[in-house]
Amino acid sequence: MSFVSFLCTVAVLAPLFLILAFLARTGLGALNWDFFTKIPGAAGEAGGGMANAIAGTVVLIGLAGLLGVPLGVLGGLYMAEYPNARLTTLARFTADVMNGVPSIVMGLFAYVLVVLPLRHFSALSGGVALGVMLVPTVMRTTEEIVRLVPQSFREASLALGIPQWKTILRVVVPTAAAGIVTGIMVGMARIAGETAPLLFTAFGNRFWNWNIMQPIAALPLQIFSYAISPFDDWHRQAWAGALVLVAIVLLVNIAARAAAARQVKLR
Amino acid sequence: MAVNVVGAARSSVRATGDRVFQLLLASMAAGIPLIMGLMLVALVAAARPAIERFGVGFLSGSTWDPVAGEFGVLPFIYGTLVSSALALLISVPLGIGTAVFLSELAPGWLRSPVRFLVELLAAIPSVVYGLWGIFVLVPWVRTVLTPALKGTLGFLPLFTGPPLGIGMLTAGLILSVMVVPFIVAVSTEVMRAVPRSQREAALALGATTWETTRKAVIPYARSGIVGAIFLALARALGETMAVTMVIGNVPQIKASLLAPAYTVSAVIANEFAEATQDLYVAALVYAGLALFLVTVIVNILARVLVFRVARGPGLIRE
Repeated sequence: MSFVSFLCTVAVLAPLFLILAFLARTGLGALNWDFFTKIPGAAGEAGGGMANAIAGTVVLIGLAGLLGVPLGVLGGLYMAEYPNARLTTLARFTADVMNGVPSIVMGLFAYVLVVLPLRHFSALSGGVALGVMLVPTVMRTTEEIVRLVPQSFREASLALGIPQWKTILRVVVPTAAAGIVTGIMVGMARIAGETAPLLFTAFGNRFWNWNIMQPIAALPLQIFSYAISPFDDWHRQAWAGALVLVAIVLLVNIAARAAAARQVKLR
Repeated sequence: MAVNVVGAARSSVRATGDRVFQLLLASMAAGIPLIMGLMLVALVAAARPAIERFGVGFLSGSTWDPVAGEFGVLPFIYGTLVSSALALLISVPLGIGTAVFLSELAPGWLRSPVRFLVELLAAIPSVVYGLWGIFVLVPWVRTVLTPALKGTLGFLPLFTGPPLGIGMLTAGLILSVMVVPFIVAVSTEVMRAVPRSQREAALALGATTWETTRKAVIPYARSGIVGAIFLALARALGETMAVTMVIGNVPQIKASLLAPAYTVSAVIANEFAEATQDLYVAALVYAGLALFLVTVIVNILARVLVFRVARGPGLIRE
């Protein structure tokens, strides 16, 4: 039976290696300088790149961060510092449930909230959709990290007559800062790959756009539209885009893991 | 006396500062429940024309004709349920097997790298799974899996029809890869939460490792494992991009798993940006609202079940 259970593990992990291997083989061959510096060419024409989509994803993540980071970090601080409050129980429960709400529903929400009143697709609405997805992740990781700060740190500060708010801001937050930042990075890496909530919010754009009230390109959207296109060169670029996206996600996760391991050692 | 007054004044200032700060943090923590509430209100409001027009019959109607203004989502619900069920059929045994390995059998040095790799599986974006699905999995299903299934089980109505590669089976396969990390992560966690004394008692009675796992660990962790499965189910029900890219997007109810199908999330993804009439948009939001309510309920059940075995944050990690 032990062997069967080992085989299950192999079967579960096999797709990861198959996908990564295929991605490396096809994606690396398709990556070139143009990919990072040019915007898409005309339909069916070879050449062009995804520079505007990469920039668009950065803009969208920035917008999502403006919404998700303050809410997530301060909310998570509350849950960690006031663990017995009724609001903490409620917020924790809702955060876990919200984490499981399909991303396409987040897109619908942002559509109703931002696109309908403004009457057109925009980077802003995409940022709202991704920001709403960022909140529960950041909140929960912040809570976990802040709870790891030893109680004695707080007690030492309070015993010196420092008020609680100052203790939290000057003692607790700096101690947990590295972990909080790591949590934010992992959350952002996760939303960077989201496609469904952007389909009818950010919408995509074949050109450069820096106006947040206008539709904007995004890397995952571009991968999607190239993947279902009939052109070989676009397929090739979709693989290159997927490789870039996965490389970012993997690097951030590995870095986060290294940071977490260091933190555990320090304790 | 004077000192006391000053001291009292200072401590009341301090108390005010603390209160203000606590209120600020609390208002942010309240943001999450507020967003959830707002989400429900916004979706209901936007779906209202369709809710008033079709009522509950929306869920059992099988005509989807935007031109005629006729909307029923039964074929989509069928596609969502069957593809999710297929995904669980594959991922539950594999996921629990892996969790047993990680929790009971694996040597210490192997545990954390394997868990990390499983987490990476959950971190790969949906659209990348879809891309891999289109260019690797679909051709494999068409040329290898379908002929094999037809050769052995072709007498079943489940495996009839032309070998397209795209369809329900392919969607179920890719979904199983995407949801299995959730089953593994949460099941491992709840099995690790089983008290050591349970294992020691079984081992003291002369049970083998396998008997201990089967008779002591799994029964103790059962509700948590069911919770893990629910969590994966919610993911499968709502998964959009990868499914959209491999299921074929044909709204039909066919017995054959090889036939193309369509899901609720896929129809929203494909048609929403092009929906022009108000009723069409409302119908798609109505479908999204149904998806929202179902996944919220399944997630609540999952959390309650998992918390019966293991308390504390960090169980449900991305």
